[in-house]
Amino acid sequence: MALITVLSSWLIPLFVASVLLAGGIKRVAVFDEFIEGSKEGLHTTLRLLPYLVSMLVAIEILSASGALDALTGVLAPFLAWLKWPAETFPLALLRPMSNSGAMAITADILNRFGPDSYIGMVASTMQGSTDTTLFIITVYYGAVGIKKIRHSLWAGLIADAAAMLASLIFCRLLMG
Amino acid sequence: MMNAIWLLMILGGIGVAAWNGRIDVVAQSIVSGGEQAITLSLALLAVLTFWMGLARVAEKAGLLEFLARILAPFLRPFFPSLRNNPEAMKHIVLNFCANLLGLGNAATPFGLKAMQAMQEKNREPDTATDAMCTFLVINTAGMTIIPTTVIALRAATGSADPTATVGVTLLAGLVATVVGLIVDYCFRIMRRRGGRQRWR
Repeated sequence: MALITVLSSWLIPLFVASVLLAGGIKRVAVFDEFIEGSKEGLHTTLRLLPYLVSMLVAIEILSASGALDALTGVLAPFLAWLKWPAETFPLALLRPMSNSGAMAITADILNRFGPDSYIGMVASTMQGSTDTTLFIITVYYGAVGIKKIRHSLWAGLIADAAAMLASLIFCRLLMG
Repeated sequence: MMNAIWLLMILGGIGVAAWNGRIDVVAQSIVSGGEQAITLSLALLAVLTFWMGLARVAEKAGLLEFLARILAPFLRPFFPSLRNNPEAMKHIVLNFCANLLGLGNAATPFGLKAMQAMQEKNREPDTATDAMCTFLVINTAGMTIIPTTVIALRAATGSADPTATVGVTLLAGLVATVVGLIVDYCFRIMRRRGGRQRWR
């Protein structure tokens, strides 16, 4: 696991350097293209804002009212058996359904418990390691008019569950 | 789906607040939740504008095609039925690579082109083919080397090491992909067996 830590900290600088180097060699207008791409980042953030507001307000009401505590309290014995931090369970449920919604929950967890805590690491890994299964299936099959999707939904959801459990196990190994 | 979930969250929250005699927290939460969203968006903006800028340079430098050339031989064996459909295979590989690099916006057009190319050769146009199921399983498992938005979120919330989860994220994504492929394979075998029995 020490190797993974080293890999993680080198990956980004190496990626940045090799992308810019490759761009330079290929005579890409590096700065101009960067600015163009940056503008997309602006749009992405603006697009995300309504989702953040809607979800964070909902989560805030749930937690301030005591509903979230009650829910995690009910689930706690089952989750404790899996050594699953109860705070990240709603995230795992929402992740296959809505990317932006799950992103908002992740943001809330990171804010509340700190991004470097065990809970924060688990939430980051869960958010990053799978994709929005329901959304992708709807869009991709919808685009070509397929109605019988066979086992796609089940395979996708089982893969998501595997990613959630793997996130727990790997984060526990990583943090000792 | 999201409509029902959101409705349940808000109404459930207000209901429990009333039950617990804390109805005043609702109005406070609406303000503080909104404030959190704005603070977070500003921090996200700082990181995402950089990454999206870099992603664009990567795209223009042909990094996607480079990675696609390396990974194509590994992906091809999972799609035996696409031997005569190089157009679909090419877009599947490009979609996979774009997802790996965290270029979510670039991935979707490739994915849709792959679906169209597969659909053209589909003899039952309303039913998913084997290749489509395998492609979607790989796609929804969503393995990624650079989880852009998560890194941005971690940086925005003050992490000492925003990229600390990159390695475990890749590993967990790999586990999801492998599990998804195994499940897909099992379903495919089961269908074939069932089909044969029906023929008899």
